[in-house]
Amino acid sequence: MMFAAATAALCVAMLLALVRALLGPTLFDRVLAVNSFGTKTVLMIAMLGFLTDRPDFTDIALLYALINFVGTLAVLKFFRYGSFARPGGRAQQGEGE
Amino acid sequence: MEVLLDILSGILLAAGSFFILVGAIGLIRLPDVFARMHGAGVTDTLGAALFIGGLMLQSGLSLITVKLLLILVFFFFASPTSSYALANAALSQGLKPWSRDEKAKDEKEGAS
Repeated sequence: MMFAAATAALCVAMLLALVRALLGPTLFDRVLAVNSFGTKTVLMIAMLGFLTDRPDFTDIALLYALINFVGTLAVLKFFRYGSFARPGGRAQQGEGE
Repeated sequence: MEVLLDILSGILLAAGSFFILVGAIGLIRLPDVFARMHGAGVTDTLGAALFIGGLMLQSGLSLITVKLLLILVFFFFASPTSSYALANAALSQGLKPWSRDEKAKDEKEGAS
């Protein structure tokens, strides 16, 4: 019962994050919202494991947390440098500005 | 004992849900990216910690608890890192943090 209530609260929070991702005036609002959505997804997957009596789902949640982090950094880097390949060292940042 | 653990984990889950909802509302209501990061931070730290704490009490002493702890530890490293990267990228793109003066100016322009 309490798992179901917590899952419902998570669903509402995920909906709000999605609204922000759709509305977000700048790119960074969207990235922030998607990152937050990913965090809530991790919690949701872990929760679903307990809700359905299959706690092995935590493996998937752990994997999703790793992918979410790398994904956020990759998107930020892509929009900053226009490519994944260019290194983002300090010297090059100075050149750009 | 079982009942006590259930009640305790229920309290933790309820508190976690509360903080996650507060963070999500902050994500909607606050004025700009830099302010919204505070809302996301509440979800990533207090919300996730309380939530996973509640789940850990349910799973008892097992491998599941260790995995949940790993998720928590990873959040505590990843969340500040990605927040920093986001703020750094937004600042270097020339976004100015929101301030009260600009809000007054915006409202005046909106009214005219």
